[in-house]
Amino acid sequence: MIPLNHFLVLGALLFAIGVAGIFLNRKNLIVILMAIELMLLAVNMNFIAFSHFLADPGGQVFVFFILTVAAAESAIGLAILVTLFRNLKSINVDDLGSLKG
Amino acid sequence: MNTATFSLATLAPAIPEIVLLALACTLLLVDLFLAERDRHVTYWLGIVALLGVAVLAALTIGRPTAVTFQGMFVSDMMSQVLKVALLASVAITLLYSREYLEARGLLAGEFVSLSLFASLGMLVMVSANHFLTLYLGLELLALSLYALVALQRDSVVSTEAAMKYFVLGALASGMLLYGLSMLYGATGSLELNRVALALSHSQANPTLAAFGLVFVVAGLAFKLGAVPFHMWVPDVYQGAYTPATLLIGAAPKIAAFAFVMRLLAHGLGGLAADWSVMLAILAAASLAVGNLLAIAQTNLKRMLAYSTISHMGFLLLGILSGSDNGYSSAMFYVITYALMTLASFGMILLLSRAGFEAENLEDFRGLNKRSKWFAFVMLVVMFSLAGIPPAVGFLAKLAVLQAALEAGWTWLVVFAVLMSVIGAFYYLRVVKLMYMDEPVGGEPPVAGRADMRVVLSANALAVLLLGIVPAPLMDLCARAITASL
Repeated sequence: MIPLNHFLVLGALLFAIGVAGIFLNRKNLIVILMAIELMLLAVNMNFIAFSHFLADPGGQVFVFFILTVAAAESAIGLAILVTLFRNLKSINVDDLGSLKG
Repeated sequence: MNTATFSLATLAPAIPEIVLLALACTLLLVDLFLAERDRHVTYWLGIVALLGVAVLAALTIGRPTAVTFQGMFVSDMMSQVLKVALLASVAITLLYSREYLEARGLLAGEFVSLSLFASLGMLVMVSANHFLTLYLGLELLALSLYALVALQRDSVVSTEAAMKYFVLGALASGMLLYGLSMLYGATGSLELNRVALALSHSQANPTLAAFGLVFVVAGLAFKLGAVPFHMWVPDVYQGAYTPATLLIGAAPKIAAFAFVMRLLAHGLGGLAADWSVMLAILAAASLAVGNLLAIAQTNLKRMLAYSTISHMGFLLLGILSGSDNGYSSAMFYVITYALMTLASFGMILLLSRAGFEAENLEDFRGLNKRSKWFAFVMLVVMFSLAGIPPAVGFLAKLAVLQAALEAGWTWLVVFAVLMSVIGAFYYLRVVKLMYMDEPVGGEPPVAGRADMRVVLSANALAVLLLGIVPAPLMDLCARAITASL
């Protein structure tokens, strides 16, 4: 049987890739949306692993809610992206520079 | 815990939320059937709904603590008082926003219904007693606010601000959730009471709990806008159209305070020694960065954003004291802060008109010549934000500092006082511009609808009056905290 630690390490790696994807990515806003999704999936991995090893279904129920909210979040994120593209004609992260100071 | 005994009466503690949800959904439907010229009906219905639910919530104040939804939702005195404060503040926000939105063609049903759903999210946050309700309330608020900021579709800065807000907000939620998953693993429960119990009986894995705590505090700091997680605050405050800024700046701070109280003071009370140090670092950094960078701003909205960051530093000062006195001072602070934010952004909205945003410091030059009364209103608010007596900001700061001093944070208190002396400079600069400089010329006299002028004046007078007679609100906060924790 796979021990809990393996799941946690995988979760931490996925989460770290997600965070790095948000901060290091200088090209495309859609990649940022994907990175956000990856972070939430890493959290889900943690919840399910803990839920299994604690023999408590609460964590798995939580995951359903996170999945639903993540779907709503992506929908809003893509909607904002579309309005932004209409205004800027670009979804390049570097073009987001009109607010500074 | 027994699911077999479900009856409608067990839902009683959640009545304000249930009513607000029903009203918000009704409003969405009503708005569909209204002609374009009848849009103001939705707007007034929204205000009536908010005030009605505020009255409902006010009627519950003083009822004993009640828990429902299998321990997921709690109605205690802290939540009852905060609910009234935040509903009233959203209603006032809508009232101030009308003319601005009308002039820009934004007074659509979406603005009102999104505000109602954001309020519902805040109510849930305030009453949450379980990781799941905390998370769902937070997301309902956050998703509504992202959409609200993006509502001005044809503006480049607005959509850009919405995108930044969305990305950093989602990052914060992710951090918070990651921390919550670790705490779940460490304590074996999602319910705050049982998490607290596991931590106090040292049944929790200490490494895992401390690891989770770091992420939770980082996520909370993002939501509050504390340094070093403040990057979104100035951009969003400046980029969003002013009613959306006001909606983000006032009521959600109250909800965020409740959120921090529930999660840190209640659920993770056993780790207070750890989180109070983290909050102290966040508070010191927020006070320094907020006050110093605000001096360099020429845009009033951006200046107020940095001022928010420094005020969040003060709020954290109260919470990190870890005593009932500290919590109730922080509660007093956050309620009065919401009042001051409403008045300051209310002034920006009052001076704005079609095609003109009164968002630069220059736009307040010589305001005294244009309207003596509203220059005085702005003066009261700036004095209060700076912490100059007799306005309420002084007492709020004093109470928080006293609590922190009692808890032994002497260096932090000295630092906070120094920083607020520096901060007084940029608030007083606004006063100087209004009273000692000549108007630029060509500026019309201050207009504005009668209802807005009356409420804005009352708002500023409340800021002044609470500074002279603070006892009732302070007692209420103290009672709420002792009854709730």
